[in-house]
Amino acid sequence: MADKKTLTFALMDAPFETARTTTALRLIDIAARRGYDINVFAYEGAVFVPFALQKQHSNPVHGHPEVEEEDHPLPREWVSALIDEVMKNGGKIDWVNCGLCVDERGAGESIEGVRRGAPGDFWAMATASDNTLVIATK
Amino acid sequence: MADYLLIESRDPFDSNDVGQFYDLAANLAKGGNQVTLFLVQNGVLPARQCVHSDALSAVAGAGVDVLADGFSLDERGIAAGALVTGVSAAALDVVVDQLAEGRKAIWH
Repeated sequence: MADKKTLTFALMDAPFETARTTTALRLIDIAARRGYDINVFAYEGAVFVPFALQKQHSNPVHGHPEVEEEDHPLPREWVSALIDEVMKNGGKIDWVNCGLCVDERGAGESIEGVRRGAPGDFWAMATASDNTLVIATK
Repeated sequence: MADYLLIESRDPFDSNDVGQFYDLAANLAKGGNQVTLFLVQNGVLPARQCVHSDALSAVAGAGVDVLADGFSLDERGIAAGALVTGVSAAALDVVVDQLAEGRKAIWH
């Protein structure tokens, strides 16, 4: 692919909290559908975005006393779907969780396709990319 | 000269430094640079007529391409036809387009 690009995204926000996570995943999804190679460096609370132990819950207040009725969305499933989308379109994705941040938070259980790294990985990713977007927390 | 992509996710009712980000965009354009100010999330709120809209229109008047994320507009019930002068609705794809072009990108 002549116009194949490599983009790097740095995320800092924990899931379930801000619209920044949603926007970040929307951007990554667009890049995935184009078959771009994608790097994601998850820093600070963002290491919980692909956390494998996220669980759905019911919501009786919404009239959904059963877990299945609420069908609460889970960011780990979105990340998994993104990884699948990248592969389907011929791209590559390297999702790195900052190891220091993981250890601080006890967030070691990530979904398949996520690896442990260090801030130096972000520098290497940015250096090797066509562009980098840092979505900093407020 | 360079090309810039400035992404504003905050609204000026919540963050006083939004005005400084507008100024950055306008001054870069006045300096002869190609600049896009892309509004997303609550950053689209001043694209609807309000006390902060004139500042946003002034940024467009300085030569900045001011775009508002259609998804964020829809979420907030802001019709594309209700946008103030100088602001246009756009898909988030524009951000990926300009990242791929190699624009210098800043998220606020």
